[in-house]
Amino acid sequence: MAGGNNGPSNGHPSTNGHRKPGKPPRYSAFSLLKHGLAPRAEWPRAWRSPALQPSYDVVIIGGGVHGLATAYYLAANHGITNVAVLDKGYLGGGGSGRNTAILRSNYLTPEGVRFYDRSMRLYEHLAADLNFNVMFSRRGHLTLAHNDSSLRTMRWRAEVNKLQGVDSEVIGPEEIAKLVPYLDTSTSTRYPILGALYHPPGGIIRHDAVVWGYARGADSLGVHLHQNTEVTGIDVAEDRVIGVRTNRGRIATRNVVNCTAGWSSVISDMAGVELPVQTSPLQAAVTEPVRPFLDTVVVSGTLHVYVSQTDRGELVFGASVDPFTSYSMRGSLEFVEGLAGHVLELMPALSKMRLLRQWAGLCDMTPDYSPIMGATPVDGFYVDVGWGTYGFKAGPVSGEAMAECVATQRTPEIIAAFHPGRFETGQLVGEKGAAAVGH
Amino acid sequence: MIQLPCPWCGPRNVSEFRYAGEVTPRPQPATATPEQWRRYLYVRRNPRGWTEENWYHSAGCRQFFKLRRDTDSNAVEEPR
Repeated sequence: MAGGNNGPSNGHPSTNGHRKPGKPPRYSAFSLLKHGLAPRAEWPRAWRSPALQPSYDVVIIGGGVHGLATAYYLAANHGITNVAVLDKGYLGGGGSGRNTAILRSNYLTPEGVRFYDRSMRLYEHLAADLNFNVMFSRRGHLTLAHNDSSLRTMRWRAEVNKLQGVDSEVIGPEEIAKLVPYLDTSTSTRYPILGALYHPPGGIIRHDAVVWGYARGADSLGVHLHQNTEVTGIDVAEDRVIGVRTNRGRIATRNVVNCTAGWSSVISDMAGVELPVQTSPLQAAVTEPVRPFLDTVVVSGTLHVYVSQTDRGELVFGASVDPFTSYSMRGSLEFVEGLAGHVLELMPALSKMRLLRQWAGLCDMTPDYSPIMGATPVDGFYVDVGWGTYGFKAGPVSGEAMAECVATQRTPEIIAAFHPGRFETGQLVGEKGAAAVGH
Repeated sequence: MIQLPCPWCGPRNVSEFRYAGEVTPRPQPATATPEQWRRYLYVRRNPRGWTEENWYHSAGCRQFFKLRRDTDSNAVEEPR
């Protein structure tokens, strides 16, 4: 898990020493030219590696897109800069680097659609905000329906989406064939395609760049990023957080935000907070690169598969979570076999493609397929967890909302529906119809 | 693929089984409080390590059985 021999990863090859605190140099066409022509072309580190301080105003556990975005917006929107982000490995080594980088907002509940749409809007100008090219590629997102009940859910989603101002419509097989010529839209397949939910704003992005951009942005505003720093305990006195213990020493703090995925139960247990979360691995795979032929994201819930082509030409395949809970991130052969079969049912022309690699990430599944966000019964302990299979696309809005939640001590309206107490009162936000395999 | 020791059929591939969740004590319906029901319905220990869980041998003997498994390594304990 460690970032190689050069110490923690920072998005650039190792250079001599660390950058001084303060604003990093802006990235621009001019800086690229300057560094390209310089005799000793060394880019400064994108962020510092400061010493661990004995106390911070806010400690964020988890250095993925959620934790880093929370830190960035705490500093940028609320002026709270005495913040530490702790990660047991390297930044973006968990779910943020293991997802399939698909962005969309065509969810099923009004609360979900509003929330994810805000995230899409933040992603739209993220590259400009962070001065970091996140390679957002807006290319349209198709969720295929192979049976009547799926088609019914698509129509439902399309109407909910339109009411929230999100571009989404149900289209038929002829239009699908025009958008994705390589898709088998004939009626002779095992699961013929009856229609699809077409979501033009959907797309893909470079997930590592999002992590690095937020890390660089947060660092330049004064946030301390600590990699290889594992939390071993959370000190709670009289139902209030007073500190965090790590493998590098104790930190006194009155605010802790749990932004982990795959470790959310373990970390919350340290604070004595129970979560209705079950952790399962989700596997994905990528092929060798080929010429561009697929400029939409194609998802099939019935076949448990989604496909997109990266800017480099590789095809990225994802699936549904493994059929039982586990923290093991080992890939399995039966996954590849099943995935390949499903992909070929959709696109028979891919039969000669070769897979380059497969991997797994951990998904904290909640009973209603919506996240758990906000304050907990332990004062000063906040959660931004339960991100199941939909956490990456929600990174920016989650960071913005969690920062507001911590800074103002009030739950922002946009995440009010996701509060941890909803399982007690039965106010679930059922997103299974749009989140189960609909990345 | 991991194998699970079915107490009736012996070791079989995990794809023959259906995961039926952590073993959680069911509260008495007549006397349970809403809080107890919520915990029973939703809250799971979700430990990273050894845990006791229910499995169903759906493609075999079709029996439910309890199993101890390490969720970190997927190692399983042989049934006694």
